[in-house]
Amino acid sequence: MQIALFTEQILNGLQLGVMLFLMAAGLTLIFGVMGLINLAHGSLYMVGAFACAAVAAATGSFWLGLVASLAAAAAAGAIVEILVIRRLYEREHLDQVLATFALILVFSEGTRWLFGSFPLYLDIPVLLQGTVPLPGGSRYQLYRLAIIGVGIAVAVGLFLLISRTRLGMRIRAGESDREMIGALGVDIRTLYTVVFALGAALAGLAGAMVGALQSVQVGMGEPVLILAFVVIVIGGIGSIKGALVGALLVGLVDTMGRFLLPQVFGIFMDPSQAGLVGGALASMLIYIVMAVILAVRPQGLFPAMKG
Amino acid sequence: MAISRETVINLVLALLLLAIPFAAIQFGNPFYVTLATRMAILGLAAVGLNIALGLGGLVSFGHAAFFGVGGYAAGILASHAFSAQPLDFGILSVPGTTLMPIIWLVALGAGGLLAAGIGVISLRTSGVYFIMITLAFAQMTFYFAISWPAYGGEDGLSIIVRNSFPGVNTMVPLNYFLICYAVLMVALLVSAFIRDSRFGAALQAARQNEVRVASVGIAPFRIRLVAFVISGMITALAGALYADLNRFVSPSMLSWHMSGEFIVLIILGGVGRLYGPVAGAMLYVMFEFLLGGFTERWQLFLGLALLGVVLFARGGMLGLLAGKARHG
Amino acid sequence: MADIVLDIRGLNKSFGALKATENISLDLRPGEIHALIGPNGAGKSTLIHQIAGTLKPDSGDISFLGQPVGHLGVAARARLGLGRSFQVSSLAPEFSALRNVMLAVQSRQSSSFRFFRPVKKDPTLVDPAMAALERVGLAGRAGVAAAELSHGERRQLEIAIALALGSRAFLLDEPMAGMGPEGSRQLTEFLDGLRSEAPILLVEHDMDAVFALADRISVLVYGRIIASGTVEEIRNDPEVRRAYLGDSE
Repeated sequence: MQIALFTEQILNGLQLGVMLFLMAAGLTLIFGVMGLINLAHGSLYMVGAFACAAVAAATGSFWLGLVASLAAAAAAGAIVEILVIRRLYEREHLDQVLATFALILVFSEGTRWLFGSFPLYLDIPVLLQGTVPLPGGSRYQLYRLAIIGVGIAVAVGLFLLISRTRLGMRIRAGESDREMIGALGVDIRTLYTVVFALGAALAGLAGAMVGALQSVQVGMGEPVLILAFVVIVIGGIGSIKGALVGALLVGLVDTMGRFLLPQVFGIFMDPSQAGLVGGALASMLIYIVMAVILAVRPQGLFPAMKG
Repeated sequence: MAISRETVINLVLALLLLAIPFAAIQFGNPFYVTLATRMAILGLAAVGLNIALGLGGLVSFGHAAFFGVGGYAAGILASHAFSAQPLDFGILSVPGTTLMPIIWLVALGAGGLLAAGIGVISLRTSGVYFIMITLAFAQMTFYFAISWPAYGGEDGLSIIVRNSFPGVNTMVPLNYFLICYAVLMVALLVSAFIRDSRFGAALQAARQNEVRVASVGIAPFRIRLVAFVISGMITALAGALYADLNRFVSPSMLSWHMSGEFIVLIILGGVGRLYGPVAGAMLYVMFEFLLGGFTERWQLFLGLALLGVVLFARGGMLGLLAGKARHG
Repeated sequence: MADIVLDIRGLNKSFGALKATENISLDLRPGEIHALIGPNGAGKSTLIHQIAGTLKPDSGDISFLGQPVGHLGVAARARLGLGRSFQVSSLAPEFSALRNVMLAVQSRQSSSFRFFRPVKKDPTLVDPAMAALERVGLAGRAGVAAAELSHGERRQLEIAIALALGSRAFLLDEPMAGMGPEGSRQLTEFLDGLRSEAPILLVEHDMDAVFALADRISVLVYGRIIASGTVEEIRNDPEVRRAYLGDSE
C-alpha cells in the first residue's frame, strides 16, 4: 500500500472530521446550553448550501456565496428559534424530537418548492482549485486542504470564544446552571437565540463548503446529521472538546474503514466478496464503535452534562 | 358501572376502522381497502412502540429496525420458499415458507432478539443519549440490510405472491385486511393487559420516577428491557404484515424517517393512550391520502400540522376528544 | 444476644479534594432509634446515599442483617429489607397514593414480571396497601394523585411505602422537614411506635423530635463522627455543644 494513497485517505478522514465538527459543535452547544435536541440541524446545513449555490450562481462569486450561506443559515436559525424552538425548552425530549422532525419536513419541502427537485451545482472557487503535492508522489485537492484549515480555524475560534469572551462566559455559565444565570440577570432569551444562530451558522458553513464537493440537494444534511449525533454521543453531549475528538475519531474511522476493510478482507476472500463484506462492515463500523464506547462509558468520552 | 369517554371513543375507532373496507366495497372503491389495511398495520407498529414509549417513557428513535427486520423475515422466508433453496446457516439448513403464521413467529423472534441486543446496550443510557443511540442502531441495521445483494440490497426484495394463511385466500384484499385487523385487535388486548398488570405498574412507575422504583426493590433496567423486547416484537410483526401488503420489502422500512413516522403516529393519537396508535395511524394515512392527492408538497403541511399538534394540542387526538388521561 | 441490624465500618467517600465521609463507623440495633445529627453540609445525606446504595463508597464495609451489601444495588438492598424515605419526596407523581403503596406491596410479594392480572382491583395488593395508608393516617387520600398531595401528606406516603415494603430497618432522611408542629408531633408519635417493628436510622434537624425519640445519637461534623452516645451524653458533650448545639439551648 503506497504512502500516497494512505496519506490521501488520512486527509480525507480529517476533512470529514472537520466538517462533522462544525455540525457537532453547534448541536452540542445547543444541547449544552438550552437542553434541546435539534433534529433540524441538518436542514440548516442544507440551507447554507443552497444559499451559497444560489448566490454564487447569481453573482459568479463563491465568496459572496459563502457569506450568504453564513447569513442565511444564521437568519434561518434565529427565525426558527424565535418562532418555534423557544417554546420547546421546557418540554420533554419527545416533544422536541417531534417538533424538530416536523421542521425537517417543512424545510425540505419548502426548499423543494423554491428550488425544484433537481440538485444545484456549486463550483470550487478559482483561488482554491488545483492540487497540491503530497509526500509519496500523488496530489491532493487544494480545496479539501482549505476545508481542513477552515475547520481548525473554527475550532480555535470557538475555543477562544468560549473561554475568552463574555458571550463565552455566559455560555459556560448557562451550561452548568440554567436557572442561575437567569437569576443573575443575563438576558436568557437573547443568549439562546444567539447560541442557536451560531450553531446554525456553523452548520450552514459546513453545508456550503461541502456543496462544492458534492452536489447541493434536498436531504443532503440528513446523513451528516446522523453522523453528527454519533459524534456528540461518543464525545459527550455538551462538550466542545468532546465534539472535536469525536468528530476526528468518526471522520478517520469511517474513511479509513471504508478504505482498509475491503483490502483486509481481500486477503482471504475474492475481491468482489471482499468489497461487499468490507463495504458493509465499513458502513456499520462507526455505529459499532459508538456502541462499544457507550457500553463502557454511557456518558461518552468527555461528559460535560448531567443528563 | 360507568364507561369512560375514552372507552367509547376506542370502540368507535375500532368499529370505524372495520367499517371502512366494507363501505369501500359497497361504494365500489376497493382501493380504500388497501388504505384501511395500511392503517391497521401502521397502527400495529405504533402499538408496539407505544409499549416502550407511552408506558415506559423510552423514546426510541430506532423502531424502524424492528419493522424492517420483520419485513425482511417475511421476504427472505418467502423468497427461499420460491426458489426452493433452504436458508443455509452452515450447520443448520432452514427451508423457506410462505405460511404466514410461521413467518409471524420468525418475525416475532427476530424482532425480540434484535430488541434484546439493542436494549441491553441502549438502556444503560437515558434521556437524549437513549434517543440517539437507538437511532444509530437502526442506521446500523439499515446499512446492513442494503449491503446484502442476495436479498435485494438497495433495491429491496419482492414477494412475488402474497404469503398464505391456512383456510383463507389472502389475495383478496378484504381477507387480508381482516387478518391484519385481527392481529391489531389481539395486540391491543395484549397492550391493555400489560398496562393494567404488575409489570405495567412497575414500567409506568419507572417512567415517572426511576429512583422510587429502585428504592422499593424493583430493578428498572430489567423491567425496561423486557418492555423494549415486547415492543420490538410487536413492531416486527407489523413489518412482516407490511411486507406482505405491498408484496415488497423496502430498505426504507429501516430508515429513520420510518422511526420518526411511528413517533408521529403516537403523538398524533395521544401518547400512552391505548388507542392512541390506532387514532394516529388513521389520521396520518387519511392526511397522507387526502393531502397527497392535492399537492406533492403535502409533507410541508404535514410538518406544519405536526408543529401545531406538538405546540398546541399536547394530548393528541384522544387528548382532545377524551379529556385528560386518568391514571388512578 | 441482640444481632446488629445494620453495621457500617470504616466508610470513606471523597469528591475530589472534599472528604464527605471520613472513616465512619456506626451501627443500628433492633428496637432502637439511632439519630444522626449534624450541621448542614456535614455529609449526612451522602452517608444515607451510601447505605442505601445510590453512591458507592471509596472504602469500607456495610452489612445488613449479617450480610455484606456493599456490592448490591439499590433495588437489591431494598428487597433485603432496607427501607428508605427521601429528603425530597420521591414518588410516582401521576399515580395515586394507593398505587404508590401498591407498588411496594407488589415488590414485596412477588416478581413484577406478571402480565395478566389487573392490579387496580386486586385485593392482595389493595388491602395491604390500604392498611399501610391507614397506619400513617392517609387512608382518606388514597385516591389522590401523589403530585396533588400536600407536603406533609407526601412525607406520610413515603413512610407508608416503607411500611408496606415490610422493611427490616428504616433509613429516614429528615422526615420532619417542612412539617408544621402538629404534623411533627404526630410523626414523632408514629415513629415511637414503629421502632419495635424495625429499628430506625434517623437523620433529623428537629431537635425536639431527636431528643424525644432517640435511643442513641451520633453527631456528624465535616464527614466525621465526633461523638456517639445516649441523649444525655450527647447533650453534655462539650465538643458537640461547641460544634453544633451552641451554648444557647
